[in-house]
Amino acid sequence: MDQHTIVLGVIGADVHAVGNKILHYAYSQAGFHVVNLGVMVSQEEFIQAAIESGAEAMIVSSLYGHGELDCKGLREKCIEAGLETIKLYVGGNLVVGKTPFEEVKDKFLAMGFDRIYPPGSDPNDGIRDLMQDLGIDI
Amino acid sequence: MKPVLCIDFGSTFTKVTAIDVDTPSILARAQSFTTIHDDINFGFNRALEQIIKVTGIQEFNERYACSSAAGGLKMIAIGLVPQLTAEAAKRAALSAGAKVLETFSFELNEYEIKKIERIKPDIILFTGGIDGGNTKVVTANAQRLTTMNHRCPLIYAGNKVIADDIAALLREHRWDVSIASNVMPTLNELNIHSAQNLIRKIFLDHIVVAKGLSTVQACIDNILMPTPSAVLLGAELLSKGYLSNPGIGELMIVDVGGATTDVHSVADGAPRQSNVIMKGLAEPLIKRTVEGDLGARYSLDALIQGVGIDVVADVLKVPPEVVKQMCDDLTNHPEQFMEEPGLMKTLDDVAAEIAIRESVTRHAGFLEVHYTPFGTVYQQTGKDLSMVHHVIGTGGPLIHHSNIKSALKASQYDLKQPMSLKPSNSRFYLDQNYILAAMGLLSINYPKAALQLLKENLKEV
Repeated sequence: MDQHTIVLGVIGADVHAVGNKILHYAYSQAGFHVVNLGVMVSQEEFIQAAIESGAEAMIVSSLYGHGELDCKGLREKCIEAGLETIKLYVGGNLVVGKTPFEEVKDKFLAMGFDRIYPPGSDPNDGIRDLMQDLGIDI
Repeated sequence: MKPVLCIDFGSTFTKVTAIDVDTPSILARAQSFTTIHDDINFGFNRALEQIIKVTGIQEFNERYACSSAAGGLKMIAIGLVPQLTAEAAKRAALSAGAKVLETFSFELNEYEIKKIERIKPDIILFTGGIDGGNTKVVTANAQRLTTMNHRCPLIYAGNKVIADDIAALLREHRWDVSIASNVMPTLNELNIHSAQNLIRKIFLDHIVVAKGLSTVQACIDNILMPTPSAVLLGAELLSKGYLSNPGIGELMIVDVGGATTDVHSVADGAPRQSNVIMKGLAEPLIKRTVEGDLGARYSLDALIQGVGIDVVADVLKVPPEVVKQMCDDLTNHPEQFMEEPGLMKTLDDVAAEIAIRESVTRHAGFLEVHYTPFGTVYQQTGKDLSMVHHVIGTGGPLIHHSNIKSALKASQYDLKQPMSLKPSNSRFYLDQNYILAAMGLLSINYPKAALQLLKENLKEV
């Protein structure tokens, strides 16, 4: 397939690096060109990287419970930056405590994210969804 | 004895240094007004006559020259995102010794095209997109450039995927295009050498003629570069050394001028502690920044506005209106240098200190603290210069300063800006005779002699 570019990173003040490496590996193996911003990535950095790299999706991770705060406004900023059609995926321990995942999902859908994944998701689920969303033939 | 000439065609003075590379030693120095509007040889010959008079030497084996005459090498940089490719393009041009008059980002509009036409740059550095990245904005900008009424050499150093298409399109519209490697091939990677080399080559092939320097080209050994480029070569040699002759290690040069303040650092700049995460664009080992709003003459007004006229008035113990009056006077008569103590002299001294403090703060990196559930984490943006132990100062306002050491201390870390990564515990040196540029030129063929002369002639203050 033609190389499709994605921007990957752990948002906010979160320094969980292991999952980030796993996702980088998995998406690269699946044929994506991965621009990995690593840990402690701000919304602005995601957007700047997506513009320069011509990315079609942002894969945002958050493991430390502040995901909701950190992700708020990302869709709006993308629209402002001319990235209206970019796919926004998010996954991890997105909120603190034992909120049912369905509630978390609805919250992030309302914030403009296209796909939301609970803790412990298989990276292949996200890859399959992304291929479908971008209309890539497997 | 093997006498060699190093010539620096400055905007005001043509400075000539005669060196014996065998001993090695500096035989003589002379300067004369640069005569760019008639024939640049007049000024040069006048300085040369003085050299001949002092040394008695008629023939010089080799002649090298650098130039910042006729406005220096004027460039503009075009990139995509301001913090990414536009910044990378700016750094590439600065490190090649250019004067970057403007940096543009995103899609160019009609107003910006007109602005470029007014600036009439000598070279345009056109970038955008990492390799395999954005093509839409870069292509749109190329289209815009075809409609422009100004032509000059253009270097394309953006997304490699469309390099050939961009070059073809622009060439169709009479642009002289050279292609360099992308200044940012992957995100946050800085790759400036290819663009830098092309800039130097174009300077030699085209700009020298356009600037009326071609008449001297016949009598020099075909090494002619922008003066800041020569300074960077000198700085690199002094820092790194040559073969078994050690350099002095990491260093910083602050050049305070009438219009700008230049800061050069030769330092790795990597984080010094383990709990620091690097952010943003990678930093070059040899970095040059130019502050257009920090000068002691032409940009004195901007400098005073920057810190606040009240602050300056407080230091001078006069009302702000008096400061304004003095500032206007100095801006209108930039040639005057205050030798006598007095209010004007104090203003001059204060301006130099402010220029050094601000320019080094901007050049150096800084830390941000983040309190995470895992403890305190620091983010570093820019270079960590805290271990740079040699600071070299030059430029008229500093050389004539009434307390050079205290002025240079403004380059140091201070508790008012606790997160800045400015140098600390440095030793200070003064380059009184602008030897850095001359030695940079000499270092191309005589690095050992140049290194020894640099070490001998930089005065510790």
